[in-house]
Amino acid sequence: MSTLVANEKKGFGSTIWDYLTTVDHKKIAILYLIAGGFFFLLGGLEALAIRVQLIKPMNDFVSAGFYNELITMHGTTMIFLAAMPLIFAFMNAVVPLQIGARDVAFPFLNSLGFWLFLFGGILLNVGWFTGGAADAGWTAYTPLSTTSPGHGVDYYVLGLQISGAGTLMGGINFLVTIINMRAPGMTYMRMPLFTWTAFVASALILFAFPALTVGLFLMMFDRMFDSVFFDAAMGGNSVIWQHLFWIFGHPEVYILILPAFGIFSEIIATFSKKRLFGYTAMVFATVLIGFLGFMVWAHHMFTVGMGPAANSIFAVATMAIAVPTGIKIFNWLFTLWGGNIQINTAMLWALGFIPSFTIGGMTGVMLAAASADYQYHDTYFVIAHFHYVIVGGVVFGLLAGTHYFWPKMFGTILDETLGKITFWLFFIGFHMTFFIQHFLGLMGMPRRYWVFLEGQGLDLGNLISSIGAFLMGIATIILLINVVKTSVKNEKVGADPWDARTLEWAIPSPPPFYNFKQLPLVRGLDPLWIEKTEGRKGMTPAEPLGDIHMPNNSFLPFIMSVGFFIAGLGFIYQKDNLAWLSAVFIGMGIALGCMLVRSLKDDLGYHIHKEDLQKEAKE
Amino acid sequence: MTDKSMTTIDQQQQYEQEKRKQEMKQQVITFALMIIFTIVAFGMVMAELPKLFVIPIMLILAAVQVGFQLYYFMHMSHKGHEMPSMMFYGGVFAAFLTILALVVLVWW
Ligand code: HEM
Ligand SMILES: [Cu+2]
Repeated sequence: MSTLVANEKKGFGSTIWDYLTTVDHKKIAILYLIAGGFFFLLGGLEALAIRVQLIKPMNDFVSAGFYNELITMHGTTMIFLAAMPLIFAFMNAVVPLQIGARDVAFPFLNSLGFWLFLFGGILLNVGWFTGGAADAGWTAYTPLSTTSPGHGVDYYVLGLQISGAGTLMGGINFLVTIINMRAPGMTYMRMPLFTWTAFVASALILFAFPALTVGLFLMMFDRMFDSVFFDAAMGGNSVIWQHLFWIFGHPEVYILILPAFGIFSEIIATFSKKRLFGYTAMVFATVLIGFLGFMVWAHHMFTVGMGPAANSIFAVATMAIAVPTGIKIFNWLFTLWGGNIQINTAMLWALGFIPSFTIGGMTGVMLAAASADYQYHDTYFVIAHFHYVIVGGVVFGLLAGTHYFWPKMFGTILDETLGKITFWLFFIGFHMTFFIQHFLGLMGMPRRYWVFLEGQGLDLGNLISSIGAFLMGIATIILLINVVKTSVKNEKVGADPWDARTLEWAIPSPPPFYNFKQLPLVRGLDPLWIEKTEGRKGMTPAEPLGDIHMPNNSFLPFIMSVGFFIAGLGFIYQKDNLAWLSAVFIGMGIALGCMLVRSLKDDLGYHIHKEDLQKEAKE
Repeated sequence: MTDKSMTTIDQQQQYEQEKRKQEMKQQVITFALMIIFTIVAFGMVMAELPKLFVIPIMLILAAVQVGFQLYYFMHMSHKGHEMPSMMFYGGVFAAFLTILALVVLVWW
């Protein structure tokens, strides 16, 4: 295994096998992109079904029960199975390259994180085929969720538990990677903003996900083993779930939006041909948002009855977050100001993001006013607000990242014309869908309702909203066509198609599997730009050419995740028939067996020899 | 290798030995203290002192023990452990907020 086998052309079967066993962060990024993209389409179909149901008053496109499943699975899928993994796709693809590392700190864990997420996501969706998916909302409030009949919510609990474990691993992995594996000269204050945001988001994952884990375990025990943590009649307390869920849930939205901010910062700096304005303030704002993000969760619970003192504290804390967010908005604007601006698809998404997200932020401050929230709570106003931040912020960021990082990931540039069509259709559709929902909400239309009545002034607004959703659907289809077209054409581009600033653009697109032949010497912020302004073509190496140590591929993460999947099914169905406990034992046996193998068998990896690297350079 | 560099290496070694000895001493002392704390805790409970007195004292003893554990046995004060300790205190902070909120808002 010491030669450059990975560079040779391979058959279909061996490519699949390669991806099933890969521990290479760049391939794991592609896996995240495909899986996250798939779930995004699934969640999008669910959203379209919701909007078709609400296209006219008293519609009966779907039944009331199925509608509950649709909204629950739409929200859960979009947050946990689409947005999160897509964020991880770009973190995997870019962060190690941006800091000048050859891989992440724990490649095996990286692969395990992906497969756990995927099998958790599949488990969540198995419910569709076995008598009903989860139907208690993505927030799964008790006692609705603990008393929901059937197995839907069980799938939610086990599926999220498994995929959540994968996410936690991913977060820890990136923390360690960014702390320990930066190239010589890459100090903290020279890290690109995407790396910074990935770092803070990973820390948030580390601190926030345990609350979800605990909450899900309590719920699992309540639903499957007759405990009564959330049962007020037996001395439990239903509100505890809400606290645990939102202690996780609010940081979660920052886990999603911060890396999106990072992507925008890269794009805006690159296509304004300027150093990011206020870099230090941007870093500071990122950290501050992460910190404050832990002190605001109860703004989701103003109407629970926490009392005026608690409501005021959380209201003020929430409004405080608008300050660092504002710092960011202004810094992007100042970066644009006086820049040599080039508008392409990635930049369009970034420019569309600024006003869209700002609207979402403004309604956020409105919602943070606790007394006013009694009026807004659980209406379409809230739906409009969080789609403005989540779609206008996170999804725009992911789409911008797709266009911007596509050359680095695949070596080709997505078609600009189709890209711009996608942007405009999506942008118009997005505002059509969600802007009007503010007013629907203010007029009193509650969220999560299956139907609305005629003659209440809600008809037209809902119709417009649904038409907008279809525009977004069409835009997404065009994006898919774009991907296919670009891949078929397969016109390769060079290492640095955007004339960009950061390290990832200093190596070929797509990068060789060892990333950097010699680790680069970083001499400041925007290291590649510094070298380019001084007339050099690439980075100055920080080390002589030498052997490179690489990790071996492994099939264990896949098997381990299958094991947890089987055990999850066992836990769900042992409620009906104790024979299913055997599945628990088999599944856990497989998973623990894999861990044992991994612990006992030394896997020292292999070396790429200096001579092979030299030979390759000559070819 | 010249003589001069030999002596610096020797000095280095000596210094490290000295430091290790010092550390060993501290570890033994903290270990003894931890045992004493535990005995005190058990003693207070067995002596059936008032609950309101015992519980806070025990919590304090526990917190001090965690500190000992982290700083003297897990070397958190050493150089290169800044990030782990920052993460650690971040976690403590998040956990503290959680507990505080549940106590104040739910159980009070
Ligand atoms: C892009 C097209 C999208 C459309 C048309 C759409 C539509 C909707 C609608 C109509 C609802 C409300 C259902 C109701 O309460 O009656 C909803 C809820 C929700 N959506 Fe979306 N959505 C889209 C994208 C997204 C994305 C990208 C995310 C997250 C990343 C997301 C997250 C959520 C969440 C968390 C809920 C709440 C679910 C619940 O009530 O439990 N949506 N969506
Ligand atoms: Cu929140």
